[in-house]
Amino acid sequence: METDAQLVARCRAGEEDAWRELVDRFSRYVYAIIVQAFRLPEHDAEDVFQEVFARAYEQLHKLRDDDAIRPWLAQLTRRRCIDTLRAGAREGPGEEAIEEPAAVDDTIAQLDEALSVQDALATLPGNCQEILDRFFARDESYRLIAEALDLPSGTIASRISRCLVKLRSELEGRDSASAPSGD
Amino acid sequence: MTDYTEETLAEILRTLPAPPQAWVRAAQEIPLARRGLDEIVERARADRAFRDALIADLESALEAEGYEPDPLLVEALRERFPS
Repeated sequence: METDAQLVARCRAGEEDAWRELVDRFSRYVYAIIVQAFRLPEHDAEDVFQEVFARAYEQLHKLRDDDAIRPWLAQLTRRRCIDTLRAGAREGPGEEAIEEPAAVDDTIAQLDEALSVQDALATLPGNCQEILDRFFARDESYRLIAEALDLPSGTIASRISRCLVKLRSELEGRDSASAPSGD
Repeated sequence: MTDYTEETLAEILRTLPAPPQAWVRAAQEIPLARRGLDEIVERARADRAFRDALIADLESALEAEGYEPDPLLVEALRERFPS
């Protein structure tokens, strides 16, 4: 799979499909920060989501380390969320100071881990990616998945289980590869 | 080493729900917006002759009006104005 840095480099080079792919790769991450860490309502969430990617597109040349696209996007998203919360507070009756929600760092750390799991998922066969994504991330029922993928609905649960085993095995392989050798 | 059970994996996968597809598509089209997509769509809404020309022959209509028929722009317009 292409690294984040390679993808960013292609975006900078103006390759037509690179930006689409970058949005695809990070859209869930940005969305999750907005709605899980900051719990913005839907209409604000959409504005922040679009503003984050618009700024990222305009300011990509300012990114010093192409590998740092993920924390950079997280930072852009945090700033836009805070700005939105402050703008909402100014329109409200009180004059409370708006602070970042306490657990934002923890939530983003969880989302970073989730994105790593998504990266591992992207290396699995297409049918596994699709079935796990539909069931867990899109919250689709067995019946809907079976219809969409033209599979017997009675086999969906066992397919999900088998795909989770493959995903686990992929992640364990990565952990082993990155662990110190102990020599 | 992280201990991933099937349950923890399921929980982790649930923490990254997909945003609405329309949001993703709009973000993917940001480069197009910079290339005039919004302007062309607005104009086609206001100018029936231009809209008809786009539907009849999209690339030619763009070129005739001085727009660069960028492939991504053409694809996005074709979805909005199918022939």
